[in-house]
Amino acid sequence: MADGTGADRPTPKRRSNWWWLAGLAIAALVVIVLAPLASPDPDGLEKVAEDRGFVDRAQDAVYEILPGYSIPGIDDPFLSTVLSGLIGVAVLFGLMVLLGRLLARRRGPGEKA
Amino acid sequence: MILASIAGPSLTGGGALQLHTPDGFLSPAVALVMWVVTAIVVGFAVRQTNRSLDERAVPLMGVTAAFIFAGQMVNFPVAPGTSGHLLGGVLAAVLLGPWAGTLVMTAVVTVQALLFQDGGLIVLGANIFIMGIVGTLGAYAVYRFMAGLLGGEARRRVPASAVASWLAVMGGALSISLMLLASNATTLETMGLILGVHALIGIGEAAITVAALLFIQATRPDLFRLRDAFDPMRLRATHGA
Repeated sequence: MADGTGADRPTPKRRSNWWWLAGLAIAALVVIVLAPLASPDPDGLEKVAEDRGFVDRAQDAVYEILPGYSIPGIDDPFLSTVLSGLIGVAVLFGLMVLLGRLLARRRGPGEKA
Repeated sequence: MILASIAGPSLTGGGALQLHTPDGFLSPAVALVMWVVTAIVVGFAVRQTNRSLDERAVPLMGVTAAFIFAGQMVNFPVAPGTSGHLLGGVLAAVLLGPWAGTLVMTAVVTVQALLFQDGGLIVLGANIFIMGIVGTLGAYAVYRFMAGLLGGEARRRVPASAVASWLAVMGGALSISLMLLASNATTLETMGLILGVHALIGIGEAAITVAALLFIQATRPDLFRLRDAFDPMRLRATHGA
């Protein structure tokens, strides 16, 4: 990998702190562009469960909020999938940043991490 | 009935998109044992992360969790009538280290169960074990071993992560197979079928993981340094803790 050495360069100070917005935009794009194109076929485990007859063991959820990546009340499948996916992206980013802040070690400006 | 009419048609035609093991697949005893094991390991991961996490890595944790959630929504075809989807454990662990990676996967799987009714609540411990522990912690050990074997992580990140990704999916498939066997839900023959289809899904996992890592390497290679900044092993070595 030609970039292997690049990874060892020291991080330039105050290099854009907004890269995470680009990362979030990529996650949102995956939801908007790719998720609606996803294969509707059951995944590997579910397919075997159907073929082997143990899919009947599955119990329904006791409550529903955004069941199966859809928004109850929105009939359009594209909107329903995309909006519920965007909610998930936002919730996970927010939850992880909150959790990370609670857990992170604070370092003094002089302390080398 | 009223609920059904309000919900309307969903993308998969009435059936909701299900990515993870639902309640009922596993016996209560197996589900309980997996809850206990998972709680202990995730508790340890919280402690390790708390000891070592660098605050500069916090936004990366958020983005990684968001991206893996999004990526898991994209089922790709692997065989007639069968799809697979991203797991993401290796991606999380390579970027964040094994402990923070496990917490990210735990968060993804938990939100999917609580908010999206994907994956059961009784078997949530088992689902976290499969994806956040076997597919993340276990796969990270494979990743480091492979990288060391091939001549160092910086130069051999791609092949090491490809092998670890494939094995992460196979390890997850083996775990759920054994849990199903222990729950008297399946036979050994079924285990073969589950492993066989996941051998194909693992190729997709490796491709997506490698693509994501190459993209980061091309755009922000410094993000790879964040993990080393809070690698507990390095901390232990330098601080003697």
